Amino acid sequence: MAVEAAQELKGMAPRRTVHPGAWWLWSLGLAAAASRTTNPLLLGLLLAVVGYVVATHRTDAPWARSYAAFVRLALAVLSIRLFFAVFLGSPVPGTHTLLTLPEVPLPDWAQGVRLGGRITAEGLVFALYDGLKLATLLICVGAANALANPARLLKSLPGALYEAGVAVVVAMTFAPHLVADVQRLRAARRLRGRPDRGLRGLAQVALPVLEGALERSVALAAAMDARGYGRTAEVAPAVRRTTAALTLGGLLGVCAGTYGVLTAEGGGYGLPVLLAGLAAALAGLWLGGRRSPRTRYRPDAWGVRAWLVSGSGVAVAGLMIAYAAHDPAALHPGVVPLTAPAFPLWPAAAILLGLVPAFAVPAPPPPGSRPAHDVPHPRPRKELA
Amino acid sequence: MIRFEDVSVTYDGAAAPTVRGVDFEVPEGELVLLAGPSGVGKSTVLGAVSGLVPHFTGGTLRGRVTVAGRDTRTHKPRELADVVGTVGQDPLSHFVTDTVEDELAYGMESLGLAPDVMRRRVEETLDLLGLADLRDRPIATLSGGQQQRVAIGSVLTPHPRVLVLDEPTSALDPAAAEEVLAVLQRLVHDLGTTVLMAEHRLERVVQYADQVALLPAPGAAPVLGTPAEVMAVSPVFPPVVGLGRLADWSPLPLTVRDARRRAGGLRERLTAVEPESTPVAVGTRAPAPLPEPPTAGRTGFFRRRRSARPAGTGDAPAPGTPAAVTDSLTVRRGRVEALYRVSLTVAPGETVALMGRNGAGKSTLLGALVGLVEPSAGTVRAGGAVPHRTAPRDLVRRVGLVPQEPRDLLYADTVAAECAAADEDAGAAPGTCRALVNDLLPGVADDTHPRDLSEGQRLALALAVVLTARPPLLLLDEPTRGLDYAAKSRLVTILRTLATEGHAIVLATHDVELAAELAHRVVILADGEVVADGPTAEVVVASPSFAPQVTKVLAPQKWLTVAQVRRALEGDR
Repeated sequence: MAVEAAQELKGMAPRRTVHPGAWWLWSLGLAAAASRTTNPLLLGLLLAVVGYVVATHRTDAPWARSYAAFVRLALAVLSIRLFFAVFLGSPVPGTHTLLTLPEVPLPDWAQGVRLGGRITAEGLVFALYDGLKLATLLICVGAANALANPARLLKSLPGALYEAGVAVVVAMTFAPHLVADVQRLRAARRLRGRPDRGLRGLAQVALPVLEGALERSVALAAAMDARGYGRTAEVAPAVRRTTAALTLGGLLGVCAGTYGVLTAEGGGYGLPVLLAGLAAALAGLWLGGRRSPRTRYRPDAWGVRAWLVSGSGVAVAGLMIAYAAHDPAALHPGVVPLTAPAFPLWPAAAILLGLVPAFAVPAPPPPGSRPAHDVPHPRPRKELA
Repeated sequence: MIRFEDVSVTYDGAAAPTVRGVDFEVPEGELVLLAGPSGVGKSTVLGAVSGLVPHFTGGTLRGRVTVAGRDTRTHKPRELADVVGTVGQDPLSHFVTDTVEDELAYGMESLGLAPDVMRRRVEETLDLLGLADLRDRPIATLSGGQQQRVAIGSVLTPHPRVLVLDEPTSALDPAAAEEVLAVLQRLVHDLGTTVLMAEHRLERVVQYADQVALLPAPGAAPVLGTPAEVMAVSPVFPPVVGLGRLADWSPLPLTVRDARRRAGGLRERLTAVEPESTPVAVGTRAPAPLPEPPTAGRTGFFRRRRSARPAGTGDAPAPGTPAAVTDSLTVRRGRVEALYRVSLTVAPGETVALMGRNGAGKSTLLGALVGLVEPSAGTVRAGGAVPHRTAPRDLVRRVGLVPQEPRDLLYADTVAAECAAADEDAGAAPGTCRALVNDLLPGVADDTHPRDLSEGQRLALALAVVLTARPPLLLLDEPTRGLDYAAKSRLVTILRTLATEGHAIVLATHDVELAAELAHRVVILADGEVVADGPTAEVVVASPSFAPQVTKVLAPQKWLTVAQVRRALEGDR
């Protein structure tokens, strides 16, 4: 192990891509910043920053296409939030009545629930701000998915958790296969002369799709088995026992420590026990990794760029949290009375820090599956007989 | 290296053993080809080597299989992973990771090789299989041939001493298949790897084999011998062997080169006779006139579409109307042009073979003809209708497609239910589909589950389902993948009959022998463009990779198939 580690340090060039964890930290940092504000101007700026980085840095890979799905989901969330505000009323008192819907009279036991009734500008604006915040959070997560292959992130798990990681990866590749199957079979319905759209069509292909998915899982399991998945190395019984003791003891320590930290009496011993438990559990995980003979191929290195990317995300989150404590009013524009949101300069500058990855990380090469076809100029016409 | 000792395998619930009396040895560093008709248990024999039979599939294995001295009885597949590399029939179900480079490294990671060794072997394998440009590509975006090469590469990287391959070239175009076979040849010669593979397309592989193990019938013991010996008695054989048998050459030639050396006499006998102009009986209808020049605008096109509409539901278009026309058809997929300015006319009764590399746009063209793919520019018409704007119910009576995976078309759990559904879908009289099934697939019981049919039977059932609506234009995507020679010749007979009845047939295929037997015309696509379009004899004779074996042996004379030569010789006598 030690020799391999040394080789890894001296000879192995890491991949030129940024560690996927860095992208996740970056986008989670932006999401944390988004959760601190309901100012639509700041949220819009945040969305622009995320959108710019995704547009310049995402690849053509299938997982990168999930960004569009997340954007659609965010829009759906926003419209559902507005829909509720319109039809179920809003807790925000308001004076500017836009429209009065007929109110459905509800029995006494449903007091506090309202269907229809008065729609106020204040209520709508409040719902819009709130929905926009949720939408921004979702789009930040979508950006992480588009920029970093989630499967590669799982590869950075410690050895003992490797098999759980593979299970997740297989499950994640399963979903796109399922979608492709549904598309293929719906196309096949068209070939049979049945309508290929609509819910009924979907229901009729469900069984063949699941059947196919099951068969594929079995075939994949066979292939993985034949390629050495689940091989274990011989480990001395002493090591095995130590692993078990460390993991169990560590988890107990973590539980006891957390209890101590959270209750008033245990203030003194809580933190040290928690830390000791954590250390023991980590040692157990590390030792447990020795049962698996696996090695890592080109593990992602955490380089300068990863620091810059994750640092920019963390900085945005940190600055926004600090500013929220300093001047909460600027980040939460008033709804009652209705005022135009101000544009606070310092938080805006902080959000712009999130653009660092756009400049620190080289953009991926344009996807050129068939370069001959990607040339911009029109191709010469061919005379076909 | 691999030793079978009186092995028989019985799957759970099966009445008789799937394979019986398998008793042979594969010496180290040999390439052994497992041949035989479909359903004789080739995959079972291959699975027994990697230990997947019976550890994974269940069933009972009697006898003993040892690989590099390890008994598969006591070693699970994962404990054999360092000596045996296995690639199954479907490369897609083989992949664990999602990019090419990770996939190549996966097996080595499982075995715990050192990182620098892994890196070196991944680079070597990328070069060996010509995958260097694809290293970062997601596997899902690769073409079939590329995926097959990645699958082979992924089992090569741990440097196994034994490779087990199930139909490694069936899904590949001729050039890609030759590439893969050249790699295997190099592994056998330079690294001493032992290879055991099953393959239906004997014309591609038999000359590389050191020995052939023939499974002549289900449950029959295998016959082992040199390729020439086994081919002399085998029920399945490539065209070059067929030609050798016809001309009584002994020993039988296995390669085009061997055959050419002996073919002097045969060529002389054949100089007197001219090859028939087309390999098959020409359709009864006269070829359709060419369509109007593409300057006909949109309005004119719509007017024509209405007037050309067939009156009855199941009628073929009037003679003279082309069955399919594309005009400057361009299809864009993302940023890639899958088809670029393809203009093609197919007349009723004409059989056209679409050939070209994996990913050249053959399937896209078929998809456009049947309305699955919308053109980005240009026009497409099939049976007088614009496919992607026609309701599916109406379209099935104009054009039918048998997809690459025929089972996609089959939903029901019995053949009878499938037929009833097909009659209803097509609006045909009850029993129409069943009658077709009886013709194409005699002896299949009503209550058989489509999944239990063999590859060839499933294809015939899907064909029957499509033909129920009597579409004047029939499209087939890779119809011979996984078919043995017997099933293939049945398919050829069926398609010829359909062509003489006036059906226009377009088939996308990699199988040059099929194209030679069946097609009046060959269209070669490359990178989404038509690069050659002409009578089969002219196009394939001119192309080294698309020429069938008989053509290569008898060049410069333009013969295409053994049957053609046989007819000529009989007529001569």
